Amino acid sequence: MISDITIGQFFPGKSVLHRMDPRVKIVLMFFFIVSIFLIDGPIPYGALTLLTIILGAVSGIPARIIAKSVKPLWWILLFTFLIHFATMPGRVVAQIWIFQFTEEGFWRGFFISLRLILLIVLSSYLTLTTSPLMLTDALERLLSPLKCVGVPAHELAMMMTIALRFVPTLLQETDKIMKAQQSRGVDFSSGNMLTQMRNIIPILIPLFISAFRRADELAMAMEARCYHGGEGRTRMKSLAVSGVDYGAVAFSVIFLGAVIGASFFLKQA
Amino acid sequence: MSIEVKNVSYTYMPGTPFESKALDNVSLTIEEGSFTAIAGHTGSGKSTLVQHLNGLLQPTAGQIIVDGQTLAGKGKEVKAARDKVGMVFQYPEHQLFEETVEADIAFGPKNRELSEAEITARVKMAMEFVGLDYETYRSKSPFSLSGGQMRRVAIAGVIALSPKYLVLDEPTAGLNPAGRDELLEKIREFHDKRNMTIVFVSHDMDAIARYADRVIVLSGGNLVLDAAPNEVFANKETIEEAGLLLPRLTTLLRTLEANGLKLDMKPKDMLTVEGAVRAIMAAKKAAPKHKDNRTGGKG
Amino acid sequence: MSFIEIKNLVHRYEGADETKRPALNGVNISVENGEFLAIVGTNGCGKSTLAKHLNAILLPTEGTVTIDGRNTADPEELWEIRKTVGMVFQNPDNQIIAAIVEDDVAFGPENLGVPPDEIRQRVTESLASVRMEKYREFAPHLLSGGQKQRIAIAGALAMQTRCLVLDEPTSMLDPVGRRSLMETVKRLHKEQGITIILITHFMEEAIAADRVIVLGDGQVVMEGTPRQVYCREKEMKALGLEVPLAAEIAARLRRNGLKLPEDILTDEELAAALCQ
Repeated sequence: MISDITIGQFFPGKSVLHRMDPRVKIVLMFFFIVSIFLIDGPIPYGALTLLTIILGAVSGIPARIIAKSVKPLWWILLFTFLIHFATMPGRVVAQIWIFQFTEEGFWRGFFISLRLILLIVLSSYLTLTTSPLMLTDALERLLSPLKCVGVPAHELAMMMTIALRFVPTLLQETDKIMKAQQSRGVDFSSGNMLTQMRNIIPILIPLFISAFRRADELAMAMEARCYHGGEGRTRMKSLAVSGVDYGAVAFSVIFLGAVIGASFFLKQA
Repeated sequence: MSIEVKNVSYTYMPGTPFESKALDNVSLTIEEGSFTAIAGHTGSGKSTLVQHLNGLLQPTAGQIIVDGQTLAGKGKEVKAARDKVGMVFQYPEHQLFEETVEADIAFGPKNRELSEAEITARVKMAMEFVGLDYETYRSKSPFSLSGGQMRRVAIAGVIALSPKYLVLDEPTAGLNPAGRDELLEKIREFHDKRNMTIVFVSHDMDAIARYADRVIVLSGGNLVLDAAPNEVFANKETIEEAGLLLPRLTTLLRTLEANGLKLDMKPKDMLTVEGAVRAIMAAKKAAPKHKDNRTGGKG
Repeated sequence: MSFIEIKNLVHRYEGADETKRPALNGVNISVENGEFLAIVGTNGCGKSTLAKHLNAILLPTEGTVTIDGRNTADPEELWEIRKTVGMVFQNPDNQIIAAIVEDDVAFGPENLGVPPDEIRQRVTESLASVRMEKYREFAPHLLSGGQKQRIAIAGALAMQTRCLVLDEPTSMLDPVGRRSLMETVKRLHKEQGITIILITHFMEEAIAADRVIVLGDGQVVMEGTPRQVYCREKEMKALGLEVPLAAEIAARLRRNGLKLPEDILTDEELAAALCQ
């Protein structure tokens, strides 16, 4: 059933990665991603790849699920690799039509694709080990210093929370409306593009109407419970930075320092 | 002719952590011309079951046979068999989408590619049936109507398909008593006058007692009772285990009998207020005279 | 002065036809602290409009509504009023805000700026009051309708509400959900002395109340104990309402010439009258 799909890609668990404070995770992720573009050379890349694999093992998430996050980008990766392989000047290893495949091109393409893979896999660790709610919460708190420059941190987070709450409800509703219209003779599986597009209307209109009705009632329920924006609001759950987080930060600083330093010095030499 | 449900099981999301068995080897037959009620509380599998009846869901195991045709595959015969079964979902007014009442009711017949004249005739017939005047309501927006009227428009949209079997999932949910009685009377009228087979899903046992000639009780995906209303209501414990209540009238008559009132009732009288009143009057007349005197003396 | 005072309340929706009768047309009701009041009436009689006046979601066109001495029209008193009167609406899905039960119960106190430790304690207590402790970390869409309504009640209790206004809370529930919700409401009234205002069209639910008010066309048309109101079977039917089954059968038997007391309400009372 359509309503049973999970939101986001959170994979529940109790690993170190799961236990870390989401704010720390987001910040560290940011630094790791920046570092991917700062490092160069086989040894730093090798070290980062090894760490990525180790983190994957530590998280307890099956490799199959991690691989899924790379899958949609498979074609882009292949294309990136081939472009570099075929266009980079250097020692030619093969020639097909106007394309000259070079050794330098091979390595360039390989590292750039590896970069992309690391980028995707590392960021998927964040979404795989943090529930969407925790992410929302962390984002609100990380953005809150920006309130004074007009970033609506609380409002954004509240909208995301409500969206997360209503995704399953609206999916159930979509399922029901689709079945009801199917019972009135709509055939969603055949017909040309135009027919298919036209068939969406009997689903979309009832869905919009329902969403607006829900929004209206929800707004009333929120007001009835004294909601008046983020001002003066407290939170039951506070995020707390613990030992795990200090350890993770220390390790990351040392590791990233080492690989960035190594790529810098290796280039010099 | 009938709808046969043969050893049907249905599992949601098989092979995933979310796997759950909604129906477990359910078999039943819905005879042409019957008024069958399917009762069960939320999660009993009743909605899953009825979604099989017109092929919206395909059974994980078992088969559905409508008038001799199995509802599996995609052939013309299968589609024709599926089309014999009209389906009114819970809160059907939530599926309205056209600009006018007429256009919305005509939506189904249009998808069947009927002629313009036939479509108009169907719309008129359906509106007359649900008690909405064609001239008054045809060009109104369905969204400008009251909740009860919107529901009638939605039901008309299914009736306009002229189904042989009409399945209604909780048709009275959210209506007030007057609206509920009016709608159920309309459905009964349709059943009586057009000899339409009605499958009526509900947890309102009072309505079931009043209208159905057969009651099927589902619980936890299993069929637990399948008999005439009187026989079903004799199983108080099974009904309560299934998360349902006995009809209020049944409970009341049992209380009277437990207090010593001897009611000589025809089975049908057990199910309507009028019948119960008749039976009580008869019982009081038959009662020994001195009792009446005593009551009279007190009053 | 009573806990809740509604005086000459008129409500006309914005943009509504001025020549037509307003949604509420001169309503006077007072509710005492700790009372259990049922308000019944058919669709369109104004009962939902009335409910929304009780915690200042709507403001009077004419007349006044005062909650514990606070006028709902006074913006300064808004949060105190909403804290005092908690609302439970008809659709269980559209009043749960958070994606986890405990976060939803915490929503009210968070808005009031209650310190985190106290919120946690209130959430625990409120969930216990509605017997939903086990579901603390559930996602709301996995709960039944009746359970969702109990979460909505817990959300109001966590604000330390003194009065619960329930607007047709059972109309979308199945018999099990209906029963569990009514049991919860009765228990909160009895054990915690919470004032209950139950808006319903199910007569069997209104019997539990101390007092029943019947609304018709935006006005109070009947008022009294459930027994006083439900014995007026003919008038109730004329308003499109039903009476408890025993009262209806008793009325029909009386019309058939049987001598029966006028105030029969329950099956047992009918049995006693018939079998003495």
